[in-house]
Order: sequence, then C-alpha cells, then structure tokens
Amino acid sequence: MSAEISRRRFLVISASAAGGLLVGWRNARAQQPLPYLGARFQPQQLGAFVRIETDGRVVIGARACEVGQGVKTSLPMLIAEEMDLDWKRVHVEQLPYGYVDGDTGAADQYGIQGVAGDASPGAWDELRRVGAVARWLLVQAAAQQWNISAKRLRTQAGDVVADDGRRVDYGAVAALAATLDPPSDKLPLKPATLWGIIGKPTATVDAREIVVGHRAFASDAYLADALIAVMVRCPYVDGSLDQLDDAQARAVPGVRKVIVIAGPKPDTPFDGVLAAGVAVLADNTWAALQGRKKLKLQWKPAVGNVESSAALATAANALLDANTNGIVVRNDGDFASALKKSSMQIRARYSLPFLAHATLEPPNALIHVQKDKVLLIAGLHDPDGASRLLHDLTGVARNKIEIRLPRSGGDFGRRLHNDFVAEAALIAQSVDVPVKLLWLREDDLQHDFYRPFGVHELQATLDRHRKITGWLQHCAATPRNYRDTAMRELPIYADCLDPGAFPAGVVVNFEQTFFPVASRVPRGDWLGAEGFSAFAVQCFLDEIAGAAKLDPVDMRLDLLKPARILHDGLDTGRLAEVLQMAADKIEWKRKRYNGHGLGIACHAAGGAYAAHAFEISVQGNNLVFHRAICVADVGRVLNPLSLQAQLMGGTIQSISSALNLAITLKNGQVQQQNFTDYTLMRMANAPRDVETFIIESDRAPIDANEIVVASAAPALANAIYAATTVRVRKLPLMPELLRLL
Amino acid sequence: MQDNPARHSKPTPVPPVAASALEKTLPLHINGKDYFSDDDPAMPLLWYLRDVLRLTGAKYACGIGACGACTVLVDGKAQASCMLPLKQVAGHAITTIEGLAGNAALHPLQQAWIDEDVILCGYCQTGQIMAAAALLRRTDDPGDADIDKIANLCRCGSYPRLRKAIKRAATASKAAKKK
Repeated sequence: MSAEISRRRFLVISASAAGGLLVGWRNARAQQPLPYLGARFQPQQLGAFVRIETDGRVVIGARACEVGQGVKTSLPMLIAEEMDLDWKRVHVEQLPYGYVDGDTGAADQYGIQGVAGDASPGAWDELRRVGAVARWLLVQAAAQQWNISAKRLRTQAGDVVADDGRRVDYGAVAALAATLDPPSDKLPLKPATLWGIIGKPTATVDAREIVVGHRAFASDAYLADALIAVMVRCPYVDGSLDQLDDAQARAVPGVRKVIVIAGPKPDTPFDGVLAAGVAVLADNTWAALQGRKKLKLQWKPAVGNVESSAALATAANALLDANTNGIVVRNDGDFASALKKSSMQIRARYSLPFLAHATLEPPNALIHVQKDKVLLIAGLHDPDGASRLLHDLTGVARNKIEIRLPRSGGDFGRRLHNDFVAEAALIAQSVDVPVKLLWLREDDLQHDFYRPFGVHELQATLDRHRKITGWLQHCAATPRNYRDTAMRELPIYADCLDPGAFPAGVVVNFEQTFFPVASRVPRGDWLGAEGFSAFAVQCFLDEIAGAAKLDPVDMRLDLLKPARILHDGLDTGRLAEVLQMAADKIEWKRKRYNGHGLGIACHAAGGAYAAHAFEISVQGNNLVFHRAICVADVGRVLNPLSLQAQLMGGTIQSISSALNLAITLKNGQVQQQNFTDYTLMRMANAPRDVETFIIESDRAPIDANEIVVASAAPALANAIYAATTVRVRKLPLMPELLRLL
Repeated sequence: MQDNPARHSKPTPVPPVAASALEKTLPLHINGKDYFSDDDPAMPLLWYLRDVLRLTGAKYACGIGACGACTVLVDGKAQASCMLPLKQVAGHAITTIEGLAGNAALHPLQQAWIDEDVILCGYCQTGQIMAAAALLRRTDDPGDADIDKIANLCRCGSYPRLRKAIKRAATASKAAKKK
C-alpha cells in the first residue's frame, strides 16, 4: 500500500474512531437510565474500545484477529499506555467485526481489522489517541466530581490523583465520564520517556486459556444443533463434478445431507469458492468423515488442464532462454554496454516451487444463516471482505451480519481469502440449523492460494577493480495477481519482482524484466512474499563474491556505502547496520573447521530491515544448525517479548520452507496430501536457539513478520555452500543438496 | 444461539440397565471421570472429546497421527487421539490437557509455557504440552536429545521457546519434589 493511500485511510478511520466514542457513550446512557446515580455500579463503556467494570477492572477491546502475530496483546497495550493503566488490571477482550451504518455508507467502528493491525503507522497513532481520549474523559469527570480544575489532576496506574493528595479509581468516575462529550481538540500523546507499558516485555494475553485447553480457537466454537460439514473438492483447478453417487454416504448413521457446490467459472476471479465440491453434513465429525469416504465421485478436468511442475519449469526456462516480449520492470543505465565493457560476468538461475500456507488450524467456519440475519464465527484476515461476501450470497443486510473473530491457528496470508466462508454460507443456506465447516489437511494442501512458482535468472558484470557495474534480473514466474480482485490494479510482476529492492538504485546499470508463465493454479499472498526475489538476489551476491574472490559481507557493505536514502526509500545505512551486526554476532571473520560453514544475507522492504546469519554443518542426510542469528530493525518496539518471538518464529518458518517444502503438480493435480509429504520442520531439525537482536529506533513500528522471512532462506543456502562447496540453486534445498552431493 | 452443554458432558453414573445394553456402551475413563459412550466404537477419541464432550484442548490438524496436535495421554503415554478408536481406549486411563493439572491450578509445564511466553498462534501447544508431559514422566531431567524426540509440529516455529519451557518445567518439578 502506498504511503498516500494509508494516510487517506488513516484520516477516515481517525474520524470514525472519534465518532465511535460518541456513539459509545450515547449507547451507554440509553441502556442505563441512571447515569449519575448508582451508575458507578454498572459497567461503563468509554468509547468503542474501553469498558470499565464495576470492580475497577478495565476491559480493552482487541480489534484484529489474533493468529500468532501478537496483536491481541500489542494493540491494547497502546490504549492502556495512554490511559495510564496498571497493565495487570487490564483484561483484553476480542472485538467482533465492527460494521456500523454510517451517515455516508458503511463505516468501521474499530478501524482496520486485518490481522496485521499494528503494522500501520495509522494504528500506532490512532489507538494511542483512543486511550488519550478515554483518559481525558476520566480526568474531566474527576474534576467535575471534586469541583476543581482538571489542570490540578494527573493520572497514575488507573487512578486520578489531585495535587492535594485526593485519589479516585477510574471505576468510580467512569459513569460520569461516560456522559461527557469527547474533547474537541486533538489531545497530545505521551512522550516515549514516560511510557510504562509500550516497550516493556509483555506476556501473551491468552496464554493461560490456551495452555489449559479452553475453547480459544475458531474451530473450538460450537453452536447448539449445528451440523458438521466436511467436503471433497475437485482435484483439478477449474474442473467440475461429472458424476456423483451419494447413496452409501447418506446411509452412514448420523449423516443428514449431501450438498453439491458449484465451482468458480473458469478464468473469473477467485472471489467466492475456490473449487467445485460435495459437502457431507452430519451430527458429528466422525460421521461426516465416514460419509465423505463413501461418496462415489468422478471429476472432470477443465479443458486443456494437464499442468505439471516439470512442464512449468520447462516453460519458465524457455521464456528466459528466448528473452523476448518480457515486461520491463526497471531499466537504469545500460546493462548491454556494461556487459561489453566488463572484465568478468557471472550468471545463475534460481528456481522456487509453489508453497502452501499449511496453517496448523485448517480453514474452518461456523455459520448460522437465517432469513434476516447471519452469525459467522471464524478466524479471518479480512472480515470486511467476509461481511460483503455474506451480504452478496445471502442478501442479508450488512448490519444484520454478526462476525465473531476468535483466535486462529496461523494465517501466513491464507485467511486473507474468504473462500471457506463462501462454502460454509452456501452449505448453511440449504439447512435451517448452523453449520460448522471443517477443512481436512488434505483439502488444505490441495486447495490453497499458493506462493508463485518461478525461475530467476541473475547476471552481473564486474570491472577490473572487481566492482559490480551491471545487474540483470529476469524472472519467469506464475504471476501472483492471477484472478485476484484485490490485486487487479497492481502490476503483473507484483510479489515476484520488486523494482525497489536492493541492489536497485545501487548498481548503475540495472535491468529487471518479467516473463509471465501461464498456469491455472491459484496464487496468493504468502507471508514473506519478498523472499521470492530476495532468495535469488542474496544467493547471487554470494556467488559474485565467490567468483571475484571478495568477502560476501565486505562486498555488500561496499555497495551500501555511503549511508544514503535511495529513491525508493531504502536506507542503505540501516541495511548495512543489520548486516554488520549479524556478521559481528556470528563472528564472521573467525575461520570455521570440521565442515562448519557460515552464511549470511540481508533484506529491506517497506521500511523494515533484517539480516540472518547461520553456522551449519551437513552430517549425512542431516543439516545441523550450530548457531542461528536474526537481526531486525523495525522501528519502535511495542512488545519486545512478542517481537523476539516473531523473529524466532519467522526465521524457523523460512528455513523450514526453504529446506523441504514444495507443492508440485502432476496431470493437473497437486501431489501433496498431508504432513507426510509436506514435511514441516520438527524440533529435532530446528535450531536449538535463534539468537535475536533488535535495533530500535523512534520510527513508527513496522510489522516484522514479512521482513524476517525473506533473508533467512538465502542465508541458509549461503551457509550450505560454505559448509559443502555445493551451491544449491533450487528450492527446496535439502532434496537438491542430497542430489548434488 | 448458545451451545448446550453436551448431552454426554457430565460423568454418567453407572446406569442400572440390562446387560445387553451395557454391552453396547464403552466405558471411558477420562481425566479421572467415567463416561459411558454409545457412539460408534470406531470413532476416534479426538472426535469424541471434541464433538461429544466439548473438550476442545486436543486439536485436529492432520488426522493421520503425523502432527501431534491431538496428543493425549493413554496410561501415561503420549498418543495421537485422532488415531485411537474408542473401542481401543475403553477401560484405559485417558488424560487430556483439560485434566493435566489434576487438582492444581496449573501443571508445571503449563506454568512454564506461560513464563517462557511460548505461544505464537498457540494451536499446537496443547499437544506439545501433552507430549512434554509424557516425556517428563519418563525422565525428570530431560536433555536436548530427549526433547528432540518430541516430533509434534509447530508451524509458527516456537521450538526454541518450547525447549526452554520443558527444561524450566523439569527444574520446577524437581524443586517441588525436594520440598
């Protein structure tokens, strides 16, 4: 999202947040006829996000769906900080999707509710303002109650304190505060020097519920009389149901209904369901699974769809070989003339497979569709999109569609899509009870919006002083924006080639060209999309250094010197700093023996900077991590405990995928079935520790999840080369390494 | 619409019924309580726990015993409940995450999970804790090699904190025993 768009959205939301506050106290007064007398014994709503309970406990609403990114803890921290609360007394409650009918159409009661809600500078400011307003109201109320000037009051740990020593709990003035008008002026925010909550290590708010096994997750939700639904989907993209015999399935005790769902029209956007399918509804999951097994089905492939991974690789390489009709993404200087004048040329191709999200909690949705209202309980990345979709499918007014957003077992971009919501709604429309739709792991791996497949060709030219004079990156890939309405206005190379990524703007003669590879396989956002290109770039830098007999760290640092802000906003000084720190921490210059190798890589995107360094060895068929280091610069740190977890987790997600994961196609079908052939990293193969280092600044916080995934995979490939002298240019690394060794 | 407490969610007292009816019910001993199930004896324990008892701590993630998200203890051993038909576990002592702490507020592992802030998405963690509980029953001083034998998947990559939490819980348990 461009800076301009995010600023615009922020202004709109800022206004609605203030409006929300007004609505909040009006509602509170309407429901409670005695706002002045005895109302201190009623829970009091202060705006849309804050409620003060009778026992003085402050309840703060968390607006974004928690999927492991820590927002259910970090966003309420912003509000609590400005309210001067005692965090131990804060109770966090998940807010539902906040649709309200505004004067000029739909409005978001709580602002952006996507999962990365803390990432935008807008949220950073906006939520602190929510807290500042709540605090201001409480101070005004205390001033009225004591009949003194508000200037004589301060706040501390959930109390209003007067300069004469009088002290009152927020709970005791909350009722009065709820009757006041919000301030007309923009309130000043606390300076960082006075923070007591932001920046302090803060434990995950739901931890206790989760470790005791309370119903914390989306799929743990049940509704009375709900039927359980499981589906079989067409294994061919855009294929259709040819024959169905469901007699045996219906005969299974507990099976209530079998429903056919039509697939999307070929070549139309994937805005509803992802595939044609047959749903089995039963009293419990086991009966549904038995019924599913008894379905007799024949599917018809879409015309001409016999895709295979081998054919895609052939097509991509042929496009790169032919080098015609490419889409020029960036062209600085003159690469051809740099090539002519060069004294050394290096060239390599890197290949990346499709990847699935494989959220540990598979897609699921619990839905009750009635004539005039809908209730949906699901883990969603885009609840606004789900609300629109449900309105389109059921005709129910959007203000009668209630969406609850329980915690969900991972996202990684999968829950941006609401295809499973569409399925659940279509199924539920044919019965008069709620429906709980569960995807099986096989469904999840075979029907996903995959990270694109592609091949990068990199070429570099060096002069006789071993300086890089030219850089060329040709990428042949299945475009990410295929049949994705949300990406329609983005260029075809989006998420495959980034014209602003290092070393663009650093090497004078620089060319990037994109060659779209045709495929029907659905593609989508996959956490750390940046890594698709960064893997090739950061591996290739090491290959250049090797060919030129330069140190890979020194060579990168030379390119980044002097510290400067490039045209696309990349601060080369900050990138150099994370790289240097990773090198220092792993003791880059100390020689390793006994088959140990060091690898390093760095990447910058969207104002965030990260570097990884690994020390590994390859022992037989096993890759052993001796050290793993992650350095990040993501601006202001809201919750260091959570940020460290994101860096640790993102590092492991990245190397887990890079080492062993691929989605492959044969005869138009995805081959992988379950975790037996999509083999995520397990404890024994993971680094025993990921040492994380954070370079903090006073810049607005940036989401760390994306950046941290990008540099880990190339650092690992570079370490494998150092340890084995085998350069692996094809992901996943492990099978290719064992083939080459 | 509220979910009713499950039809079978309360321990059923031994019913004074005919022997022929009793033959059809399976006695299940879960978290110290006795249940009598007349569900399909082939139903995996996971779905009995979740759909019938509404004990949702054991999670579905693969359905083939490959990920460990549904781990429970059967006679003290970690088992994938998605692979255990009710008839196979009838009469055995089953412990789920909901019953792990017994009469205590929290099991030392649960406390260690909170203290080490292990949770990322959290979906695998109840299974991880149950696998760790089985490990701590075998050894009160688990080393890295012992911990490596826990093969439960974590998609988010919480392994290093998970490892620390197991060691922390082991230390806490030993200290508690000495007292």
